[in-house]
Amino acid sequence: MSLADKDRIFTNLYGYQPWNLKAAQARGDWDNTKKILAKGKDAIIDEIKASGLRGRGGAGFPTGLKWSFMPKESKDGRPSFLVINADESEPGSCKDREIIRHDPHKLIEGALVAGFAMGARAAYIYIRGEYIREAEVLFAAVKEAYDAGLIGKNACKSGYDFDIFVHRGAGAYICGEETAMIESLEGKKGQPRLKPPFPAGAGLYGCPTTVNNVESIAVAPTIMRRGASWFANFGRDNNKGTKLFQISGHVNKPCVVEEAMSIPFSELIEKHCGGITGGKDNLLAVIPGGSSVPLVPAAQIWDAPMDFDGLRDVGSGLGTAAIIVMDKSTDIVRAISRLSYFYKHESCGQCTPCREGTGWMWRVMERLRTGDADVSEIDMLWDVTKQVEGHTICALGDAAAWPIQGLIRHFRPELEKRIAENAREAAE
Amino acid sequence: MADRYLEPDTPELRARWSGFAWTKENAAKAAEYVARYPEGRQRSAVMPLLDLAQRQVGAETDTQGWLPIPVMEYVAQYLDMPVIRVVEVATFYFMYNLVPVGKFHVQVCGTTPCMLRGSDAIMAACKQRGMEKGHTTADGLWTLTEVECMGNCASAPMVQINDDNYEDLTAERLDAVLDALAAGKTPKAGTQEPGRHTVEPVGGPTTLKQMVKANHDYRKEW
Repeated sequence: MSLADKDRIFTNLYGYQPWNLKAAQARGDWDNTKKILAKGKDAIIDEIKASGLRGRGGAGFPTGLKWSFMPKESKDGRPSFLVINADESEPGSCKDREIIRHDPHKLIEGALVAGFAMGARAAYIYIRGEYIREAEVLFAAVKEAYDAGLIGKNACKSGYDFDIFVHRGAGAYICGEETAMIESLEGKKGQPRLKPPFPAGAGLYGCPTTVNNVESIAVAPTIMRRGASWFANFGRDNNKGTKLFQISGHVNKPCVVEEAMSIPFSELIEKHCGGITGGKDNLLAVIPGGSSVPLVPAAQIWDAPMDFDGLRDVGSGLGTAAIIVMDKSTDIVRAISRLSYFYKHESCGQCTPCREGTGWMWRVMERLRTGDADVSEIDMLWDVTKQVEGHTICALGDAAAWPIQGLIRHFRPELEKRIAENAREAAE
Repeated sequence: MADRYLEPDTPELRARWSGFAWTKENAAKAAEYVARYPEGRQRSAVMPLLDLAQRQVGAETDTQGWLPIPVMEYVAQYLDMPVIRVVEVATFYFMYNLVPVGKFHVQVCGTTPCMLRGSDAIMAACKQRGMEKGHTTADGLWTLTEVECMGNCASAPMVQINDDNYEDLTAERLDAVLDALAAGKTPKAGTQEPGRHTVEPVGGPTTLKQMVKANHDYRKEW
């Protein structure tokens, strides 16, 4: 069964209509938000929990549960903060950009609902620096909401005071990691913090903080209006709701589209993307969740349900649902090596295994690309990825290791073939 | 980590930039930026202020702008924080230019999603016009940088030039954009694919078709 337009949350996804407050209200945003807040903090958190919403930023942690970790009331006078992660930088991901530039009021209303539910004093929306025009829209939309009394003092006449500030990043992938984002918001280099303490205990300015992805926050008002059971109607158990899928690479029509969770890969591609370039048989492999997750060969991905569990079962992950499709014309070693370069470029330099390991892995990947290597180096590279993985403060080390592991797991014969060819050419 | 180097701190650099101060307009903006953060946490404003300073340098030099050491010192003094903390931030974040750049900073995305859609041809087209990675052309017009994923993957390949993105590029489409910029015109930003609006499938959306013509309210169908 296909998702109907009436059940899509981001109705202005493509920006055919204006983003402004008046147009957003005509689409249903900010419709009696006071009534949602009047349900109370616990009722909102319970509703989000019941909806089965899992974080849309990659890790898939249950959103309602995350909100419930925040202190119910401040015992020592410290305020609480909501930080919204709009630092969308994972290669392949391009959904938060569409929410921000075409439907910003969904995000702003969601910030109020979420912030109220967790008792936050204010929200900081951290938008990646390269989203320059998108940030301009967001600043203007926040101003509209202030001017209309929807946020600020006595937000939506609810009696609750809630501020929203926009903070622009300046080009560092690592700031998408929640504690690096907090460091960056405090005016420092974005280097991740050790946990514990977790942000819900001591985050921004040492105050209780929850960091949520843009999409997780922006869907909250619609869930509150339509009810948890409506949202839970889509997708398989443990993988509920609708989701923005972003399909790039070798399909006939790359696009961003909102679909029900658990939609099979084949249906997503055939229905919205005009199929794989050169047809189904031309598919080589897919990176289904943004650059950090391992690739999946064509045969395994075709019928896989696009959700957290379905992609875990094929040795990968849903991540941000950024689907990078590669057909048989792809130099698969180069495609992964380019990701290794990305992680080398974006390592913050704090932990030695990542700072040194990302550069080392990229250099070996470049030699494997041309075949200028020894077969034993494939195993050595595998070993090194295992030494980086799990030995760093944040998950960037893991993210750098997994694409290479996926390549070796599924395309080892290709690597060996290149080495053999290179050796033969050298002998001639 | 990215390789980053500061422009040397020479007497000439000091002579040119040690008198840097906010323009009247930017002084008001700077105060507004600082007010976004709680009392005593004004350091949080270092990122927006460095961006503002870079833009002011850009306006004064008719380039995208960059951050000479004396300008970083000015920001440090403005926020009452140690200069080294400002330099740390400026060197950590890739969007702060640490050396002078040209009028147009052509940032070609080369990460895998763009690579799969032909960013090699985009990079080659830039080189064809005399640009070189990491350098500014002799006429001061173009600086070429290969950047990491810019989040435009469904309309790849793309370049960001100063504040605007140009998406769905081919070598010919990029040439048209660069020609227009060189001629002092303002080319249309966003997708360069004829008939495409934003990130819907080329040829028209497969969903939400009613939204194309009117601001449809789907609540009536709930």
